[in-house]
Amino acid sequence: MTDASLLRVEDLNLYFRTTHGDVQAVDHVDLELNRTEAIVILGESGCGKTSLARAILRLLPRNVAKYEGKVHLGDTDVMTLSDEEFRRQVRWVKMSMVPQAAMNALNPVLRVGDQVAEPMMVHFAAKKQDALEQASTMFQRVGVPLGFLNRYAFELSGGMRQRIAIAMALTTVPSLVILDEPTSALDVLTQANIFNLLKRIKQEMEISYILITHDIATSSELANRVAVMYAGQIVEVDDASHFFANPRHPYAQKLLASVPRLRGDEEPEFISGKPPSLIGLGEGCRFAPRCPKRFDQCDQDPPMLTTGRRSVKCWLYA
Amino acid sequence: MSMDTSSMNGKLLKVEDLRVWFELRRWGFGRAGYVRAVDGVNFTLEAGEAIGIVGESGCGKTTLMKTILGLNTPTDGSIWFQGQDLSDKGRRETRDYRAMVGFVQQDPYGALAPFMNVNRTLEEPLIVNGVRDRNVRKQRIHDVMKEVKMEPVEEFLPKFPHMLSGGQQQRIVIARSMILEPKLIVADEPVSMLDASVRVEILKLLRGLQDSHHLAVIYVTHDLSTVRYFSERIFVMYAAKLVEKATVDELLNNFMHPYTEALLAATSDPDAENALIMKDVPPGEPPSLIEPPPGCRFHPRCPKLIEGLCEVKEPPDFEPVPGHQVACWLYQ
Repeated sequence: MTDASLLRVEDLNLYFRTTHGDVQAVDHVDLELNRTEAIVILGESGCGKTSLARAILRLLPRNVAKYEGKVHLGDTDVMTLSDEEFRRQVRWVKMSMVPQAAMNALNPVLRVGDQVAEPMMVHFAAKKQDALEQASTMFQRVGVPLGFLNRYAFELSGGMRQRIAIAMALTTVPSLVILDEPTSALDVLTQANIFNLLKRIKQEMEISYILITHDIATSSELANRVAVMYAGQIVEVDDASHFFANPRHPYAQKLLASVPRLRGDEEPEFISGKPPSLIGLGEGCRFAPRCPKRFDQCDQDPPMLTTGRRSVKCWLYA
Repeated sequence: MSMDTSSMNGKLLKVEDLRVWFELRRWGFGRAGYVRAVDGVNFTLEAGEAIGIVGESGCGKTTLMKTILGLNTPTDGSIWFQGQDLSDKGRRETRDYRAMVGFVQQDPYGALAPFMNVNRTLEEPLIVNGVRDRNVRKQRIHDVMKEVKMEPVEEFLPKFPHMLSGGQQQRIVIARSMILEPKLIVADEPVSMLDASVRVEILKLLRGLQDSHHLAVIYVTHDLSTVRYFSERIFVMYAAKLVEKATVDELLNNFMHPYTEALLAATSDPDAENALIMKDVPPGEPPSLIEPPPGCRFHPRCPKLIEGLCEVKEPPDFEPVPGHQVACWLYQ
């Protein structure tokens, strides 16, 4: 592990137990992230991208059937920690999360200032006074007027609530923040403002991001690296500069071609068929039934083929 | 009052100085004020034409759409459909009007009744509108299912909404809006709840239906990048007013209103360069529609403010290029 490396996920699995069988939401996922780098996890709904975030942060529901693998954060494998150790040492201390629909994730009966201060009090046993001071620094950082410290969530606009959810994730100064669809409920201009903010914070606080989204166009606002997820597996990882210009996996190619562009004349295309159910998946490449480039070998599970900083899980490149 | 049809010049829909205000809750006597959700909107729509109304949430685009559907009563101004004023219509005529206007909702799962299977969902509008013959109804349902490419038809008819994928649900919603053979379809963010790969499929389907049936489509959205492929003209709405109206190419290449400019700048295409630059976005948020700012409503955020004019006088529609209207003092 090099000095620059912050997070290394190896062979991470998260299955859920249901009455129909086990859902393979995260299946043999490998991922690496350097300090001050932002990786985007792109995928359609139900592909397991939120489950991956929850597996990394160990925010699990009760019906877990399988949860194993390695998650190295710095030098420690956090998967070996007990739940209590994980809560004390890792969650919100070293990594935090801005949940999906964060605008509605705020507690309606707490003043937003208290809510941003809370992680400091819980994790660092800070006095309320000090924690509130830290909260007001964070408010300034995310561009929320200090007068809003005493307000409740319903008194604020969506953009302001989103900024406060971000402040909440930053207040303990973690080294990694997971952003789950941070702007999907926001308007175009507000969205652009939030991405400007996230870019600025990344430089100022030297934070790494894992950005989870299905919005390919806005994901490029933040991405240094891109990982494409399909049916519980990562099928391609590459630097953003290569990926957006030249995606390799047929699914990634199709996905990028489906984005309507404001500038440029290519007509967007769609991908026919639908993703497989994550219950009882068979052998072989999971995209094969929808793949235009399918051939005989696709009946076997393709390996992850790595050259330089690029990895593709497709027989075409074997 | 029935207007002379010839003066509409083949226009299907004409919206004239439309205002829809909602009164705030009152305590005792006197008025607390109004939410001016739509405040002076003018446009015309030709038969078979697709327009996109683009605006941020809270700008009044949904109210405008609902008023066109006949679900809100205008406070002032009028809506003419095929030469007839909607406000003059009685109950029966209003029902006939609604049969000529289809509605595609934003969230397909919320728009479909969970206890009705596909067949019942599609049959009900026919029954309500007096199609008595069972075989005619059956034939019509089959035709429309084929048009939205839900085949084999027999397999889908007994299914309930929860058994369908998001894309299939949206197809059923479109089929329902098409079943009475309307002249106009109003689509409220028809693809915002769907995945990227399905989005384009649904939009292409709508575009295809528009062409084959000579349908007019009003496509309400906040996403500029999809509008350009699926409509002829774009209207930009800000704080209850249409601030710019132009054809798609004209609007994208020769945008005039500073708000349109900001919207276009904020919309990104997938490009790794984006991560390296900061976007030039106007500060602040859209104004309250209860007490909108005087003069131009965009002036508090506008980088090109003309002092002494923009914050005082409301800009009328200027037409610096034929067919391209903009409500901004820069173009007087």
